Amino acid sequence: MKIIVCVKQVPDAKDVRLDPVTNTLAREGVASIMNPYDQHALEEAVRLVEKHGGEVTVVSMGPPQAEEVLRQAISCGADQAVLITDRAFAGADTWATAYTLEKAVRTLGAFDLILCGKQAIDGDTAQVGPGLAMRFAMPCIACVQKVREVKGTSIVVERMMDDGYDIVETDFPVLLTVVKDINEPRVPSLKGKMRAKKAEIQRLSAADIGADPACIGLPGSPTQVMKVFPPQARGEKAVFTGNLDEQIEQLVTKLAPYL
Amino acid sequence: MLKVNEELCIGCGVCAAQCPFSAIEIVNGCAVIGDSCTLCGACVESCDVAALSMEGTEKSVQVDLASWAGVWVFSEFRQGTLASVALELLGAGRRLADRRGVQLSAVLIGHETGDAAKTLIAHGADTVFRFDHEKLLHFSEDIYASILTDLVREHRPEIVLAGATAIGRSFIPGVATTLNAGLTADCTALDIRDEDGALMQTRPAFGGNIMATIVCPSSRPQMATVRPRVMKSLEFDDARVGQIVDVEPTPALLQSRIRVLEEVMAKGSNVNIQEADILVSGGRGLENPKGFELLKKLADTLGANISASRAVVDAGWIPYPHQVGQTGKTVAPKLYIACGISGAVQHVAGMQSSETIVAINRDSHATIFDVADFGIVGDLYEVIPKLINKIEEYRRS
Repeated sequence: MKIIVCVKQVPDAKDVRLDPVTNTLAREGVASIMNPYDQHALEEAVRLVEKHGGEVTVVSMGPPQAEEVLRQAISCGADQAVLITDRAFAGADTWATAYTLEKAVRTLGAFDLILCGKQAIDGDTAQVGPGLAMRFAMPCIACVQKVREVKGTSIVVERMMDDGYDIVETDFPVLLTVVKDINEPRVPSLKGKMRAKKAEIQRLSAADIGADPACIGLPGSPTQVMKVFPPQARGEKAVFTGNLDEQIEQLVTKLAPYL
Repeated sequence: MLKVNEELCIGCGVCAAQCPFSAIEIVNGCAVIGDSCTLCGACVESCDVAALSMEGTEKSVQVDLASWAGVWVFSEFRQGTLASVALELLGAGRRLADRRGVQLSAVLIGHETGDAAKTLIAHGADTVFRFDHEKLLHFSEDIYASILTDLVREHRPEIVLAGATAIGRSFIPGVATTLNAGLTADCTALDIRDEDGALMQTRPAFGGNIMATIVCPSSRPQMATVRPRVMKSLEFDDARVGQIVDVEPTPALLQSRIRVLEEVMAKGSNVNIQEADILVSGGRGLENPKGFELLKKLADTLGANISASRAVVDAGWIPYPHQVGQTGKTVAPKLYIACGISGAVQHVAGMQSSETIVAINRDSHATIFDVADFGIVGDLYEVIPKLINKIEEYRRS
């Protein structure tokens, strides 16, 4: 089974803080990590290959420093990694990102399965996976919480719904986006880390993938950011006084509209 | 590309502070843009001396914008009922359609949809496109995408809205991809720009730490998924008139490579925490899984659903669909009561848009108190039973 895993490098949320005075993001020393959902996608790919044979190729579109997450992916069991990097990709929205990933994946030959995280924790759009699937005219099952069975030409999975889950079967090739319930990602082994250190990361530029300049980066993005602003500040906090009973009494008064 | 006008730049550093990606450095009194710039535009807005500008932002190919008219709402229907977000979107869609002076249409896809089309009209739709077919009983990403794509191509609406639900967020991106349309995820506000009638789509990013307003200046339709419980539905009014257009999907549209073998409904408590008006949420401070029994009592008193922090989901005290936060669900109920939750930024990202936040925690320094409107410092096993009593007392009085 040939599996492609799409990963993204994102700022570590635990370092991102809102400056209470200026109400802007305080990012001093913010570390970059592999998007948490993508770690689950990678883990599932590695497990599938361990069970059914095949190989895992990890791809990431991002700046040169995104190579770090690709090395991390190799240390966790990926066979090879491809960095799609070019200044011309900057400013891509989800439409242009899906286009770019499609062009890049097409240079890698045939595959059976693409795995993505449900969404990236910086943009939270959850749109690139389904968009990429559509570009390959193949099914996309979003929010997969379990792979139940791999058959000869099809796969049976559970997709998380708002009111429970559906058990669905679909033919290969297919794209799955996964939620964190699907597995527990492994910690890289020492051997894996050594391999990651030495691994050659293939680099693909806009020219390498034959991208149409009108379809990539900011010019290729149908959506444009008009403005960015801090969220509305919350109202004044109420401070309760007195003993616990008195405080709870004051709380209930405040909650009256909801009771 | 992002350009810095070195003549105008005064090196004040406001842009560097504003940049969400730490991509700007002030070198020798002038802003320098680094490799991690994503061209998000936050700095351009922030610059007081207009030294920053974005060039080449307009797509060269312009579509004939004027030939696209009307506002559409995808009306999610599952298990015999309309999703409440479908009605909320009609409320928002009605307002947008009236501002634009165009029709509001609903697209209904399902089987045995009964009175659903009439309900959509009573909530504001001028037209309902109804696809009622036995092959549409279960949600299938590819069939839904094909049907909606085909219908949009035929009628050319300027705006297409859908709920940011499991269904909406899984098939709408495919539709936008095929149509070469801009799509904004998980919007919390929608408005029309005066000068050109463009849809202004506002959404939180970075876990709600910043808000971004997005437009699609040169592509149609303008598509958005909208967070449940944010928009207000109109009152049901069966005096409203509208047209129901039954559409028979062609066999080609009903081709699917996805087979739904079984729909498994969650047992016991309602897991659809994104649709809840009130959430009672538990964290590690519960100390053991039995704590959720106490939360359930409070939830029953309030007519609330139960949610949780990541720590207790990982500990196996409650299933994953209940998890609020960055790797769980984003919720915005009217009232969110955090019990024994410390308030890690990943959790706060998933609930800070709630209308009112109450925190109950033993640790007065817990960061959850920073985001809470009301806080009680105390042992939740003491506080919650008293709270339940007081609520019941209040209701009796």
